[in-house]
Amino acid sequence: MGYTKDQLLARLQELRIEFSKYEHPVVLTVEAQAKHVGNVGASLSKNLFLKDKKQRFYIVSALADTKVDLKVLSQRLGLGKGGLRMAPEEALGEILQVPLGCVTPFALVNESARHVSLLLDQGFKSQQGCLFHPLSNDTSISLNTLSLDKFLKSIGRDPSYVDLEANPKVGKDQPPDLAALVPSDSIVLPEFAEGAPPSEHSNENHAATDVKPKAVKAKAVKTPAVAEKIRDDTVSQHGEQLGAVVSDTLRKRLSSELKNLAIMFKNTAYTEGFHAGTHHQPKRP
Amino acid sequence: MEKREERVVEEGAAAAAAAAAGGEAEAVAEAEAEVNPWEVSGKIDYDKLIDKFGCQRLDQSLIDRVQRLTSRAPHVFLRRGVFFAHRDFNEILDAYERGDKFYLYTGRGPSSEALHLGHLIPFMFTKYLQDAFKVPLVIQLTDDEKCMWKNISVEESQRLARENAKDIIACGFDVTRTFIFSDFDYVGGAFYKNMVKVAKCVTYNKVVGIFGFTGEDHIGKVSFPPVQAVPSFPSSFPHLFNGKDHLRCLIPCAIDQDPYFRMTRDVAPRLGYHKPALIESSFFPALQGDTGKMSASDPNSAIYVTDSAKDIKDKINRYAFTGGQDTKEKQRLYGANLEVDIPVKYLSFFLEDDDELEHIKTEYGLGRMLTFDVKKRLTEILVEIVERHRRARAAVTDEMVDAFMAVRPLPSMFG
Repeated sequence: MGYTKDQLLARLQELRIEFSKYEHPVVLTVEAQAKHVGNVGASLSKNLFLKDKKQRFYIVSALADTKVDLKVLSQRLGLGKGGLRMAPEEALGEILQVPLGCVTPFALVNESARHVSLLLDQGFKSQQGCLFHPLSNDTSISLNTLSLDKFLKSIGRDPSYVDLEANPKVGKDQPPDLAALVPSDSIVLPEFAEGAPPSEHSNENHAATDVKPKAVKAKAVKTPAVAEKIRDDTVSQHGEQLGAVVSDTLRKRLSSELKNLAIMFKNTAYTEGFHAGTHHQPKRP
Repeated sequence: MEKREERVVEEGAAAAAAAAAGGEAEAVAEAEAEVNPWEVSGKIDYDKLIDKFGCQRLDQSLIDRVQRLTSRAPHVFLRRGVFFAHRDFNEILDAYERGDKFYLYTGRGPSSEALHLGHLIPFMFTKYLQDAFKVPLVIQLTDDEKCMWKNISVEESQRLARENAKDIIACGFDVTRTFIFSDFDYVGGAFYKNMVKVAKCVTYNKVVGIFGFTGEDHIGKVSFPPVQAVPSFPSSFPHLFNGKDHLRCLIPCAIDQDPYFRMTRDVAPRLGYHKPALIESSFFPALQGDTGKMSASDPNSAIYVTDSAKDIKDKINRYAFTGGQDTKEKQRLYGANLEVDIPVKYLSFFLEDDDELEHIKTEYGLGRMLTFDVKKRLTEILVEIVERHRRARAAVTDEMVDAFMAVRPLPSMFG
């Protein structure tokens, strides 16, 4: 669904944007990238995908050497002191539609990223060319800021260059200078409940460690009935076997629930077919 | 035919006969119970009943054989002796072992919309038989019978038949192996031809003897019995069993139906058909115990499939007849009387785990467990059953009922 590297490069060519393309093995870090394209006469960039507490997302694209202080940036954006953090991995795929290690301003070509704010390092402007991934880790393209701006404007974006190392005072009389770059819309992703740590494995953990598996998805598994079995007398009765006994009981119930569901499903499917068959109009001769 | 699997006492002419029979029962010593298709009363001695009717006990060797043939654990109703008597079940198993399959036949008289657990028991068992032996099933809805005996309109009895069909389907029958039919829809053709053949073999005197008809009963009732007999014969269902005239039939039913199917078995050889085999169950006790009757007019005599969890809890707590002692102290001293205790009896029907049931019976009988605990466990189990049924029923649409009731071939019915 997201743009591919080739689609992007074709677009750039259509727009007559000048760029140089370098192919190399997949790289996930700037260091690794440097090994392959460090000497082509263009400047490496580092790209951060960030999010704030209100589900708003940002790409900060800077020269590899520029010092980026997230705390300072957060204040400058008006998000308070600890408002910015790295966006979770899933957001990369969901919003930017690029793989790990491939954050790039070019990701904004995707519709899903339309509310992501882009902060570009002022330092890019003085470079002959800057290197970015064109939506894929196995290629880097270098282009100057004029070309980059042309691209950004073509997708309806206003390029914003920022002195990322500046640390202006932010206070009552000095409003945050980058506040205008905060997106107007937050992006709601189903997995990311506010404040919940992004732990993809929480469900599996519950099922494994919890003797009262509420996370086990079976409508009729009544946890009181399970708790019943784990009383003092049953513990003494079964001793170490209790785990096996309880899980055996649960397995039987789940298996019976599953069989019931299967038969309901079969009957429903047959009924649909029957209805279609009886209302089917024969082919015209 | 009056009742299938209910203990409900019917109104109308049957009541007159019942009153007469009931009067006789009272005159005789209290040990004598009355069991026939329209009356079940008194404390029932099942061994005597088997002797009296001439059917046979379903012993452990047969249950083991079922387990061997079906490669699965026998149903809880078999293990606990709920289905405890039979006729020719061993022949069914012999034929099955030889590779000759059979089909199942059961039914319901759709007299009311409300079904209680007692009604579900034969269907639960029949579903097990269908799954275990992988055989087809025909289910007869005797809407004509109810129209005649209950004096409801034709339309109402047909409506009730369809409503009951939904509850029956919710028990989990496989549509590719099950044909449900209502008499009003299906009687005719080959079915009717068999009805006439059966009718020719049964004299008026005989049917009066079995059903107690009097000169005041209308002729609809008198000519009804063949309707219920002929589903035992495969030629009644040409769209299913064409050319399979020697297919055997097994009928799961409650033991009060025995006299009725004795008539069918008597007629069968004269028509060149196999006698239908029977597998018979004991009665599901009313909540109030042996002294009470499960009656459609008393909602507290049974647990209905429409009862909420709260209703079930209240009914068990308030109306279930227990064998527990009056006080905790007495209970610990004397233990509970398991003979009359309804919660334990119900548990023996519905608690699948043999070990747990034994444990409860021991502890409760010795007084180490209280009635309260037993009732609590029972409520849990019944709520689970009723909720499962409700969920399944909610998934049954009118189209599904149409599909089950369509006169159609069932190509994979033996698969």
